[in-house]
Amino acid sequence: MLEIKNLHARIVDDGTEIIRGLNLTVKAGEVAAIMGPNGSGKSTLSYILAGREDYEVTEGDILYNGQSILEMDPAERATSGIFLAFQYPMEIPGVATMEFLKVAMNEQRKARGEEPLKIPEFLKRVKEAAASLSMDMAMLKRPLNVGFSGGEKKRAEILQMKLLEPKLCVLDETDSGLDIDALKIVSDGVNALRSPDRAFLVITHYQRLLEHIVPDSVHVLYRGQVIKSGDKSLALDLEANGYAGVIGEAA
Amino acid sequence: MNMHTQPQRTPAETALIDAFGDRLSLLPGDGAVMLKRDDAIEAIKHGLPTRRIESWHYTDLRRLLNAVPDFDPAAAAKAIAPIVDGSTVLALLNGVSSAKAPDVEGVSVQRLSEKLTDGSIAPGLDPYGSDDAIGALNTAFVADGFFVDIADGAELERPVELQNLQAGGQTHVRLPVRVGAGAKAVIVERQAGEGAALTSSVSQLVLGEGAEVTWLIVQEQPETATHLAQFKAHIGKNAKLTLFVMNAGGRLVRQEIMIKTTGEGADFKLRGINLLAGDTHTDVTMVLDHAVPHTTSTEVIRNVVTGKARGVFQGRINVHQYAQKTNAKMACNTLLLSDDGEFSTKPELEIFADDVICGHGATVTEIDHDHLFYLMARGVDEKSARGLLVKAFVAEVIEELDDEAIVEALEARLDEWFVTHG
Repeated sequence: MLEIKNLHARIVDDGTEIIRGLNLTVKAGEVAAIMGPNGSGKSTLSYILAGREDYEVTEGDILYNGQSILEMDPAERATSGIFLAFQYPMEIPGVATMEFLKVAMNEQRKARGEEPLKIPEFLKRVKEAAASLSMDMAMLKRPLNVGFSGGEKKRAEILQMKLLEPKLCVLDETDSGLDIDALKIVSDGVNALRSPDRAFLVITHYQRLLEHIVPDSVHVLYRGQVIKSGDKSLALDLEANGYAGVIGEAA
Repeated sequence: MNMHTQPQRTPAETALIDAFGDRLSLLPGDGAVMLKRDDAIEAIKHGLPTRRIESWHYTDLRRLLNAVPDFDPAAAAKAIAPIVDGSTVLALLNGVSSAKAPDVEGVSVQRLSEKLTDGSIAPGLDPYGSDDAIGALNTAFVADGFFVDIADGAELERPVELQNLQAGGQTHVRLPVRVGAGAKAVIVERQAGEGAALTSSVSQLVLGEGAEVTWLIVQEQPETATHLAQFKAHIGKNAKLTLFVMNAGGRLVRQEIMIKTTGEGADFKLRGINLLAGDTHTDVTMVLDHAVPHTTSTEVIRNVVTGKARGVFQGRINVHQYAQKTNAKMACNTLLLSDDGEFSTKPELEIFADDVICGHGATVTEIDHDHLFYLMARGVDEKSARGLLVKAFVAEVIEELDDEAIVEALEARLDEWFVTHG
């Protein structure tokens, strides 16, 4: 489903190279965990997948279902089924959450050639998704993410993911800022979406999240490259021994 | 020999002076009113204000008012629906009031032409000072309007919508409104039309003790019209005034706001949105006098500038020497969406009291790229995402109004603007 080939990317503003020859393949139905120390390029990778303009790909390619996505803008990537759950979701004053959800869902439907949702059906879906994440509907009456706690923002991201039904879900440190109960709720939300035709890229700093969202593969990112790949036991190994050993091996 | 230098008159000045001569016999008014008119046209004969006059520095009226349309007795403005369903509508079509005022308990309405004829409003016709070109223009030509009196203690269930609708030519109207002690009302001042008119409109509001009024100015003139307006208010003891101004049209617009807190505990809120497009000039100028102790005010202005539009906000807060414990805050934020657009902000605080809290701030921004990315990452295309963010920038001010019917009505006006300019 996702093939990243010898990807090189830099920050547009100052030319700093962050991704330096990254290779990664994720198959449909797979949950791939990306781990790595701070500054290894994890979040940058997620932004590049989503199409953020602050980064420029200088070499290599990203194929999604066999097609390069490099020329697609963030909206086109999103409507083709790529979803990024942000590490720090933006607060957008003045944009009503419900209005935003409706617009976003209908954009996805339009891309698939479907009619816009009728209001009752839209409300029903939002209510069901919110209930499954133990979210209060009153929260959704507020402007987008405004005044939400860290945990509420993460839940709101998963809520959007549920409603938009993407095919490739990129979760950027979704566990950060979550207490153990919220972590469970969010993980259950993600697990409920696992399916043979959907892939996940779970970016995390800690093994903790992977106890709840059990990955099929684990990849260690360091200085913009995948330096080691393995199964879920690799995450346990990192938790016990830190990144130093893996980094030493690769060097 | 008496050397008298008179700068050459502009075509607009000449047209106004000639029009006064032609109109004089048709204008209502007793002797006192006619004397005020005479003084007013004398002021205009001295010339329209230029950028050398401080309060007109960003709006050089003499240069910008390059033509004045003739009065057009055949102009026929079309009635429009009020922004809130079920409002009591008082309409002025081409500057002429409808003969029959609707019956609402606690509200008495008189045609202003009658109050001019009997001279009872003559004292209110004096301009604000020698630089008050709008006041002078209006006093010279005003022929009609509504005089509205809301009785003490009356709590109006429905908004009163004062409509000033033009279809070209010139219209000069005046809207004095008295709100009695403890009364509550929502008043909509609707300024719209279809012609390339010159409009002057002066609203004069007096709030009695403990009165609470939300006054909404919705200005949606066509991009060919010149709209010169004033809103003056005296806010009495413990009275509250929320003034919302939406400018979403007009070729040359100046909306002046003159507020005076006259009783302790008076509170004033100004919320404004200026939606500027095309090759237009829009000026909102406020002078707020905190004249007594313990009064409060906040002003928030949001501007969206597109095309070659130019905007101005001048906010002057005078805190008089004995007006201790004044609390005043002013903010003006602009979203600049084109390279050719511009917005000038001039905050002025004149503080003569020593125990006050006063502040102001102004920002000019572009669309936040992080916000744009977030919306697009959910599949919203760039154009729609920008539209959502621009609307959000101004909608924030509307949502603060906290009255569902009004918020909905104003958002509908906002949507209307975005449909034609988005």
